[in-house]
Amino acid sequence: MVLVKADARTEDGQLPSEAELRAMGDYNERLVEAGIMLAGEGLHPSARGRRVRFDGDQRHTVTDGPFTETRELLAGYWLWQVRSLDEATEWLKRAPFGPGAELEIRPVMGIEDFGDAATPELRAQEERLRALAGTRGW
Amino acid sequence: MTVSAWFAIAAAIRLSADAASGEIGRMEADPLRRTLDTLWRMESPALVARLARPLGDLGQAEELVQDTWLAALEHWSANGMPRNPAAWLTTTARNRAIDALRQRPRQRGKYERWALEAAPQAMTAPDDSQALEDDIGDDLLRLMFVACHPVLGPDARAALTLRLLGGLATPEIARAFLVPEPTIAQRIVRAKRTLARRQVRFEVPRRAALAARLESVLEVIYLIFNEGYSASAGDDWMRPSLCEEALRLCRILAAQLPGQPAVHGLLALMELQASRSAARVDSGGAPVLLADQDRKRWDHAQITRGRAALQRALALGGGRDRYVLQASIAECHASARRMEDTDWRRVAALYSTLAQVNPTPVVELNRAVAVARAEGAGAGWALLQPLLEDARLQDYAPLAVVRGDLLQQLGRRREAREAFHEAAALTANTREKAALLARAAQL
Repeated sequence: MVLVKADARTEDGQLPSEAELRAMGDYNERLVEAGIMLAGEGLHPSARGRRVRFDGDQRHTVTDGPFTETRELLAGYWLWQVRSLDEATEWLKRAPFGPGAELEIRPVMGIEDFGDAATPELRAQEERLRALAGTRGW
Repeated sequence: MTVSAWFAIAAAIRLSADAASGEIGRMEADPLRRTLDTLWRMESPALVARLARPLGDLGQAEELVQDTWLAALEHWSANGMPRNPAAWLTTTARNRAIDALRQRPRQRGKYERWALEAAPQAMTAPDDSQALEDDIGDDLLRLMFVACHPVLGPDARAALTLRLLGGLATPEIARAFLVPEPTIAQRIVRAKRTLARRQVRFEVPRRAALAARLESVLEVIYLIFNEGYSASAGDDWMRPSLCEEALRLCRILAAQLPGQPAVHGLLALMELQASRSAARVDSGGAPVLLADQDRKRWDHAQITRGRAALQRALALGGGRDRYVLQASIAECHASARRMEDTDWRRVAALYSTLAQVNPTPVVELNRAVAVARAEGAGAGWALLQPLLEDARLQDYAPLAVVRGDLLQQLGRRREAREAFHEAAALTANTREKAALLARAAQL
């Protein structure tokens, strides 16, 4: 997964110019043609978002945006199917971002990532938990 | 210089770098080497395809692209990485191809035609990557049709496809198919020789020929997928990654041929089947049948993608295509939150259509199972009768299992027990054998 970090501009809600849109469209098309693009979305500024904090004892604090620490905020994401982190890096270097933009690549966990640490007992436990939580397997 | 030689050199350098750097530095042992490896997988297929057309020679195209990587290794080690490595590789490879064509006096006409389309580029023009990459999809598509040409057998097509489009080396392909390296090496050499001898052209077939040639491409992609899918999770990592490679190839195809329902149908089928991967083996590594799978462990993001591809296939009028039909059946299973929620009437109807367009005894067997679920064991049993006499299914364990299943439901215990014993004898897999004997013992 490629995480696009927010900056002052995205947080301001400024829309990209036509040229920027076209460049990103071309880039996305190349990702599709290479068969690696699975999903991707842009996010509204945090001003339209909300945070829910868990205080324990089933109490919560709900805060409406905007949130201030821009560097920690997200502006969008891609989900790619690539064969290695290096391949994702090479693809990302070709994205049409201007100076200052920062993105982060984070591999999505798969069964193979647990390796020997996932003993049959741990795997069985994990399966039970996941079945209870109703989440995707490994 | 062959691809294997390139990988051998790559491995040798990697080893020495690892030895020199010790434990801590291993991750950054040789960034240049790793970048070149990565770029090989990403860029070499399209480059080979691009050069193969004017050269008319797949082998020479591959050699020139390998030479380009060696040149990059030398050049970048000495001068640092260029700002746009992909453009550097493309330009260098193309200039080499033009040099090679210049050395063939009789082909001047061909060279000039190509040179007009694509004049040699100076090495100092790194920023025109866009123009150089414009037709990548088209190049890959041509290469796919060549690698999957019907003059080659299915095994040769699969090996050549993984080599040319996946950028995999011979040892990796051999590991993936569980066959010795020399077998794969020979398969690839022979395939390339056959393509050259039969003067296969580097082009996407036109309308009339497209359907048949596309069928051959889809068959290879599905073969690669099944090779990976039939492996259990505990196996070598290469085998599951074949599923991902097949999905990637099919997505490339779908992007290039968006109007072909069969392409979207195969993509849907593979996404829906792969969505069950995590649930297909239990914590001890034993296979789990569809009926017993924990459906919460299915990958629902993948099911959504499969469903979207299926919708595209159906919207294009592919309702009677065999991949689309199989995907529709897989979608029925994906939609059922519990086994007993499955719409068996719909599954039976889909199998009945599939049996018309793709009449095989295995499809008939599946149809009998679905009908038994939808209308009762008696109806399924009736459909099973002709199959019991079909010589092609003589030693087919699943038939004996279904026979045992239906006989048990019909209350014919003694015959059911015999059928399970027979199925156990036909099964090579020890876990399955034990499970079948246990069922027989319970009767």
